[in-house]
Amino acid sequence: MSLILAIETSCDETAAAVIEDGHRIRSNVVASQIELHRPYGGVFPEIASRQHVFDIVPVVEAALAEAGVSWEQLAALAVTRGPGLAGSLLVGVNAAKAIAWSRGLPILAMNHLEGHLYSNWLDEGGKIAAAAITRPSPAELDAAGQAFPLLVLIVSGGHSELVLMRGHGRYARLGATLDDAAGEAFDKVARLLGLSYPGGPAVQRAAEGGNPAAFDFPRALTHYAIQPEHRFNFSFSGLKTAVLRQVRELGGDPAVLPIADLAASFQAAVVDVLVRKTADAAQAYGVSRICVCGGVAANQALRQAVTERLPVPASIPPFFLCTDNAAMIGAAAHYRLLSDGPSALDFDVEPNLALQFDL
Amino acid sequence: MQLILETTAAAQTQALGARVAQSLREGDILALVGDLGAGKTTFTQGLAHGLGIRAAITSPTFVLINRYRDGQGRTLHHADCYRLADAPVEMWDAGLGDLFAGDDIVVVEWADRIPSLLPEEFLEIAFAYLDEDRRQICLTAHGARYVTLLQHLEKNAD
Repeated sequence: MSLILAIETSCDETAAAVIEDGHRIRSNVVASQIELHRPYGGVFPEIASRQHVFDIVPVVEAALAEAGVSWEQLAALAVTRGPGLAGSLLVGVNAAKAIAWSRGLPILAMNHLEGHLYSNWLDEGGKIAAAAITRPSPAELDAAGQAFPLLVLIVSGGHSELVLMRGHGRYARLGATLDDAAGEAFDKVARLLGLSYPGGPAVQRAAEGGNPAAFDFPRALTHYAIQPEHRFNFSFSGLKTAVLRQVRELGGDPAVLPIADLAASFQAAVVDVLVRKTADAAQAYGVSRICVCGGVAANQALRQAVTERLPVPASIPPFFLCTDNAAMIGAAAHYRLLSDGPSALDFDVEPNLALQFDL
Repeated sequence: MQLILETTAAAQTQALGARVAQSLREGDILALVGDLGAGKTTFTQGLAHGLGIRAAITSPTFVLINRYRDGQGRTLHHADCYRLADAPVEMWDAGLGDLFAGDDIVVVEWADRIPSLLPEEFLEIAFAYLDEDRRQICLTAHGARYVTLLQHLEKNAD
């Protein structure tokens, strides 16, 4: 049995988790700062890092206590080094380094995006309802030697990427957003429609009962014949502009706007592009499993489309693993420890860190 | 001094950004103004390309300020005041005041939201949406340095 304590502070959640053998959640503690950032319509970096300082020690202690694990039982410590906000990353990285050094524990410097890739590998421990797991789970497929190649769609406030996993730690980026991330488009459209932050849940709520075909919003980069180089890339900037033009055309007064129809039509456009490109990539690369992850994977319309419209079975994590958490970092760290061993203690935070692609 | 141009495609707005990049030097400040979808980020993408930055320039709305290293080792900061309620105070908190006083190149989107934070001298670039493809772009020099920049830009146009 291998136990890893993982720490994640890349943005506005202070999180720690204990993960057993790369997939079993022994504990998963998240202190969210969302109320602190609401007045700013988004994360405010300086406030985020200050709050991490307050929360980091209690959160780490709670993760160990909840797991019923002592320091001596841990095989290693893992921490997110990037991408993310520099000030936020620094808190987690320095706490982890201090613990690793004082306890003599091996440390793993992890990539936040790699964590999201592994959020679908977490399957047991009583933290996830059995019915919520697509069987066989990626971890089970892996044990049977059938997990790879695996296609992963990462959709969050900061990222929209299609990644092909050829093995543990072996990634190829098939495509990414050229401008706004999918989650960012939700935030901006929520603002245009006079809805609250964060935009994802607000737009979803507003879209209930709305007609997704009421407005024909653009599906960018879906004409592959014209732009073959953008076959697996995304662009949501034009969609946001189209919603703005429509709002202006309708007079712009939130009191009389058909908010439900606008929200539903916008949401349908985002989901449509994500699912079409993912399905296309799954076929192009002959994968037998798709994983969807990141904050936007919490969106109900996307979840439904993923189960109905993809050509192969798709795993999508429960809500608590879509948003930032340390459990996914612990899962990714387990496989990194097996393949590469621990990191040297002198690593630094990397706010612009990208996935390491080997193709 | 003022230059008024019209572009008829996103690629042209990017090309203008790349041309402006050729006239930039360390410490220059560009204040971008214009509605959502008017071309501010598109322009910045071209500008970064012109500076020799190979990384993808994505929207900084989420993180407020993105930082890139250009081909000559200079730093470009790409800031965005869009989502802030009290933008001058909040961007000052985020460190934009320090960046204005420093030696890096700074591009700020939604600069009209931080009038009290902008220094005395900067290049204002206003984007207006004409129709789906066409944009009017108006470059205004605030201060002698930026008059020189616009003259340089005009000369290089021929």
